[in-house]
Amino acid sequence: MATPLKRVRGLGAAHGGTETFWRQRMTAIANIPLVLFLILSIITHIGATYDEVHAYLARPLVALALLALVVSAAIHMRIGLKEIIEDYVHGGAKVTAILLATFFAAGVGLASVVAILKISLGS
Amino acid sequence: MGNAKMGAERPLSPHLQIYRPMLTMMMSIAHRVSGASLAIGFLLLAWWLLAISLGPEPYAQVSGFFGSIVGRTLLFLFSWALIHHMLGGIRHLIWDTGRGLDKVSIEVFAWATIIGSTTLTVLLWVVGYWLKGAF
Repeated sequence: MATPLKRVRGLGAAHGGTETFWRQRMTAIANIPLVLFLILSIITHIGATYDEVHAYLARPLVALALLALVVSAAIHMRIGLKEIIEDYVHGGAKVTAILLATFFAAGVGLASVVAILKISLGS
Repeated sequence: MGNAKMGAERPLSPHLQIYRPMLTMMMSIAHRVSGASLAIGFLLLAWWLLAISLGPEPYAQVSGFFGSIVGRTLLFLFSWALIHHMLGGIRHLIWDTGRGLDKVSIEVFAWATIIGSTTLTVLLWVVGYWLKGAF
């Protein structure tokens, strides 16, 4: 008759519950100051030389903020793209589209991470 | 239950295509479009960071592209989508707390997002050009 509460608490049919909803909100909140920091960083370096830009991005706190941004943004983007795909694409194409969206988010996110690490740790 | 003919004669719920476009509906679409287009913006950011990590010459190439008309247009649209999506996102976070869901508030939020994102984007570019010494 009754469904054991311990088996359903926090878990929907997809066994994911509200994790995705919550993760999208957490990354959204994190993205606000981090995006503002990126905009400020870019605008204060308009017309700067390569060495100036490189030296700025190599600073530990700047690298930290940018790493946080690209990781948070990649997770946020993957959830958002997946949600749009699930609404408009169906069947086998949906699986392919979600796969591509996930690879894209991981790809640009990781490429950015490698670049930031190389700038801050490399010679 | 029900064959194809019966299904066709049943009343259908209004489809997206026959709704009169409403501001809140357009804002919902704009939030998705701006969010999805930020994927291209992220690609530009990754390209820019990679170029800096690779050295002065790749960086000069990227800077050259961003300085071109096409590059500047892309960057302008990117910054607008970013700011619009951020303001729209803040609106959603306020709604998540259960506030601002009445008819008047959602209209006010919608206009605040449109006017705010456009104003801030233009202001950002004016400051950018001013810092560059354009005027």
